[in-house]
Amino acid sequence: MAKKISSLRNMVFSLFVITLAASAALGYIYELTKTPIAEMNLKKKLQAIKDVVPDFNNNPSADMYKIPTYDGTDSLECYPAKKDKELVGTAIKTYTKNGFGGLVWLMVGFKADGTINDISILEQNETPGLGTKMTTPEFKNQFNGKNPEQYKLSVKKDGGDVDAITAATISSRAFCDAVKRAYESYKNKGGNK
Amino acid sequence: MNQWKNFTKGFIKENPVFVLLLGMCPTLGVTSSAINGLGMGLATAFVLVMSNIVIALIKNFIPDKVRIPAFIVVIASFVTIVQMVLQAYLPALYAQLGIFIPLIVVNCIILGRAEAFASKNGVWSSILDGLGMGLGFSLALTVLGAIREMLGAGAIFGFKFIPANADGILLFILAPGAFIVLGYLIAIVNKIKKEA
Repeated sequence: MAKKISSLRNMVFSLFVITLAASAALGYIYELTKTPIAEMNLKKKLQAIKDVVPDFNNNPSADMYKIPTYDGTDSLECYPAKKDKELVGTAIKTYTKNGFGGLVWLMVGFKADGTINDISILEQNETPGLGTKMTTPEFKNQFNGKNPEQYKLSVKKDGGDVDAITAATISSRAFCDAVKRAYESYKNKGGNK
Repeated sequence: MNQWKNFTKGFIKENPVFVLLLGMCPTLGVTSSAINGLGMGLATAFVLVMSNIVIALIKNFIPDKVRIPAFIVVIASFVTIVQMVLQAYLPALYAQLGIFIPLIVVNCIILGRAEAFASKNGVWSSILDGLGMGLGFSLALTVLGAIREMLGAGAIFGFKFIPANADGILLFILAPGAFIVLGYLIAIVNKIKKEA
């Protein structure tokens, strides 16, 4: 390579040109992909809501409201599902900090009477093959149709009603914590009454 | 050096993973399944080819003292482009690769090829070099991912070949499994190279 002499002027100039060209290219691609990315995220969210609440025909994403968590430190997003203007269920986006690999995000769907309809996992980084089993129907479907009023949301080891995943008690506890956060906050708000 | 060699040296002779031992972080991190390895490999290959082209084109205009920052800006731009395109059109793969996409920026294979090859050679040779190295990297990651997936999950490219309720050897999905498989693969490549 023919070495080019480095003077302050040509160093500043060449770096300026390169960064200018790079930012122009990035801005263009950003504009190009902005809409598809937003659409994709919205579609993913709507799919998650659809998975956990009974049939609805409104737009839960547009009707979204926030409720404070029961311990008052944060707020959760609620997506009401309505069929012909009548509330049939509510999907609550909830989380737990107790996961084995960082935050676990769930979408928990409650029927209008407060029983759990279904749960879907939005994001988790648990140990592959152990904690990730929380995404299997064997584990998460045990919550379906249960009303946390009578159904204790903690693993059997801690005196609750939930069958923990073998060798992944921490992940199971975290899962219960997230569901509980959704339920308690929802109840606090007087949501299901 | 003839052009064919520029292309093929990345597969076995100078394979970035098995011989140069570059880019170990994504190699060990994302190869828990064959498809992850392939996706990561191809994303890296794309960035490698594009940055090699641009760097080969602009090498004569860059003052020697600021060449590394200039290379990094070029590489980082392509990585960000890959990230945005994946997020828009292949969200499932994007969710899997996650943090490792921005980390392509600091993948030493790319800066290594920019510094060692593209900044000294013409555009055509640089494309072949980037393509060969990128495909060699993809090949290595896919093989590594496939072996780990077969042993660890009893599946290949997502198709499970053991009974649905059976488990694989979990160790191979976790980090230690990556080191063990990589060690054996390096040994095999060394053997092949010696005999060739």
